[in-house]
Amino acid sequence: MTPTLSQLKTSATCTALKCKECGAEYELKATHVCEMCFGPLEVVYDISALKRTVTRETIQAGPNSIWRYRPFLPVLTEQYIDVGTGMTPLLKSHRLARQLGLKNLYIKNDAVNMPTLSFKDRVVSVALSRARELGFETVSCASTGNLANSTAAIAAHAGLDCCVFIPADLEAGKVIGTLIYSPTLMAVQGNYDQVNRLCSEVANTHGWGFVNINLRPYYSEGSKTLGYEVIEQLGWELPDHIVAPLASGSLFTKIYKGFQEFIEVGLVADKPVRCSGAQAEGCSPIAKAFKEGRDFILPVKPNTIAKSIAIGNPADAVYALDIARKTNGNIESVTDAEIVAGMKLLAETEGIFTETAGGTTIAVLKKLVEAGKIDPDEKTVVYITGNGLKTQEAIQDAVGEPLTIEPKLDSFERALERSRTLDRLEWQPVLV
Amino acid sequence: MAVKVLIPTPLQKLTNEQATLECSAGNISELLESLEQSCPGIKARLCDDQGELRRFVNFYVNNEDIRFLEGISTSLQDGDEVSIIPAIAGG
Repeated sequence: MTPTLSQLKTSATCTALKCKECGAEYELKATHVCEMCFGPLEVVYDISALKRTVTRETIQAGPNSIWRYRPFLPVLTEQYIDVGTGMTPLLKSHRLARQLGLKNLYIKNDAVNMPTLSFKDRVVSVALSRARELGFETVSCASTGNLANSTAAIAAHAGLDCCVFIPADLEAGKVIGTLIYSPTLMAVQGNYDQVNRLCSEVANTHGWGFVNINLRPYYSEGSKTLGYEVIEQLGWELPDHIVAPLASGSLFTKIYKGFQEFIEVGLVADKPVRCSGAQAEGCSPIAKAFKEGRDFILPVKPNTIAKSIAIGNPADAVYALDIARKTNGNIESVTDAEIVAGMKLLAETEGIFTETAGGTTIAVLKKLVEAGKIDPDEKTVVYITGNGLKTQEAIQDAVGEPLTIEPKLDSFERALERSRTLDRLEWQPVLV
Repeated sequence: MAVKVLIPTPLQKLTNEQATLECSAGNISELLESLEQSCPGIKARLCDDQGELRRFVNFYVNNEDIRFLEGISTSLQDGDEVSIIPAIAGG
């Protein structure tokens, strides 16, 4: 069949997989590790073709989803899965910014990403599109919860069989939010790193498409759209500073890659962007390596309420460390109590209910500002990557209770007076 | 000591497409030598020029990362299962 003109324009942009360590190249198949040195493989694009064919106008004329950036994503056909993922709001923050003393703060809100309310929908939309092209009938993943929700949902939409592996102790919202799509759900009695190892072993022997294992080079490219969208939503301009959560480090490195690609193709003017990362203290191997000046991590056993970012053996840590250092950014960690406070702060000042990973990112943002590591004038973008309705256990003892009243006016008046008194008491330095 | 070794897909070309091997070794260091004997070339894939494990290679003995044990000196018992796993992104 002769390809149409539009297919010719957009279909031949990715050319190979290339090892990030030794540079060995591979065909665009389902493989994620260099056979020579075990380094991770990354998709290579024909940059000159992108320069010739992509403009701000061609992007703006595309769909209102991540697929407006289709030439920068590793799919070969036009049969990609578009479930409205991406183009989430970039909000100019007023109340949170004032509270922190920042003049130029923006919030990229993937708590409302589609269809499953986390940034994972971006990577899964790309991974499953590629999985279908590669002929997989069963897709799978190792997940801390958000990826499970997303893989199960988008597999259901695409009519793919799905088997998902999670640690057995996940939040109820993430378990139910996966089961509803009827995948096979394996709750593994172990932490995420153990789930990951098991899945690697399964991937060796079953012919399944694991989105974050043998499809990882394609999967991880989806995160670049968080970089592209911020550029476009800022009016085709780079921010001065970003703060993003760090789990495996993949998201962080791909936001950076997204910025670099738009610079290289000439879609945005070059300028330095500082990249800062956020971890929970109970699982902070990257933050520790950053503080101690190491370029390698020592794996840890996670112990934090921020389960979605509790990866003790993060695969892309070395690249995340490198990017934070070379961009003059920071990697910081916060306690579980600070994470809860971060969730509440974002909710009370901006009306955004994020999950523990977002609480971590907000708490680190606050910590960096207080330490003078973010200039008040810097155009700073903070990435909120997941939704608080999925991690209610983390917050349920910290949000108070409703005032139960009778359906009578005087009952209401008494309760209102009481709540106002309680509010006033909260502002007093000593209890009365 | 006779141990079972799980071989990741990227190395299976060197093991005649076998996903598991039986090996005899008293610790991980000896295991690397033993693997090299039966599958020439495999050690260079797993270790750098200094003989250190490459940074994206993970070794597990009975489900435990050897970095929580004694690294390549981690001793092996009869019947142990050793898993070689490339680093994985997640979430």
